[in-house]
Amino acid sequence: MAGESRLLIQKDIDVTVVEFLDKNILDEANIQQIGEEINHLIEDAGVPKLLISFENVDHLSSAALGTLITINNKVRQKDGQLRLANISPQIYEVFAITKLNKLFQIHNTTDEARKNFK
Amino acid sequence: MPGSAEHRLVLQSRFDEVARAEAAVLELAEQHGYDATAQFAIKLSMEEAITNAIKHGNQMDPAKSVTVTYSVTENLARITVCDQGGGFTPNGVPDPTLDENLEKPHGRGIMLIKAYMTEASYSDCGRCLTMIKQRDCRLPEQA
Repeated sequence: MAGESRLLIQKDIDVTVVEFLDKNILDEANIQQIGEEINHLIEDAGVPKLLISFENVDHLSSAALGTLITINNKVRQKDGQLRLANISPQIYEVFAITKLNKLFQIHNTTDEARKNFK
Repeated sequence: MPGSAEHRLVLQSRFDEVARAEAAVLELAEQHGYDATAQFAIKLSMEEAITNAIKHGNQMDPAKSVTVTYSVTENLARITVCDQGGGFTPNGVPDPTLDENLEKPHGRGIMLIKAYMTEASYSDCGRCLTMIKQRDCRLPEQA
């Protein structure tokens, strides 16, 4: 059984907004738990519209990027949409170096991301 | 001078050991006035290097350890991470930024280390990784 949730989850009408409670998304065990929690959200949704906010995040590792890619693949398998928002310049640089800014739809704010869902 | 000596930590092959090594190096970096950007680079690179050593090098074997050797001076942080695994060929790791690899969830750690550190080089058949972060040059103090 996993421990306490590492996420703050808000469900709007059709968009699920996820925020991280951890400032550092580095530890493999924590990342695995985060992946499992988000995976449940995707499974529970008919056509998932998922918005992940990085507002509180100071650090993230390649393992976290890997989990985001897996999440993206699962959302797309269900014809859903994934948006990322509130990424600090330092964290955005990690996405840019790995060219994952081309793979993900990244927005400055959650409001901007919300408006972008189709 | 404090922090300029070489230090050594022996970690068990567990992910919860990583933070201890990062904290030790970042404490010295902080003492020497490394800015937030340099500290971010060091923390991220150590996370990737030690995680790789535990996971891919030692294969999580509790009988094997990871040795972190480090020194931090005013201008340079040098960190070496060694595992007790079978080694690997760093050049054999595919480029994760190629279009065909972009959706693969693994293989970004080494490229992040190379991007964020001034130098990164492997020795002992891939079992040891030495990373150097050169602190940004500062203007000489006005006389």
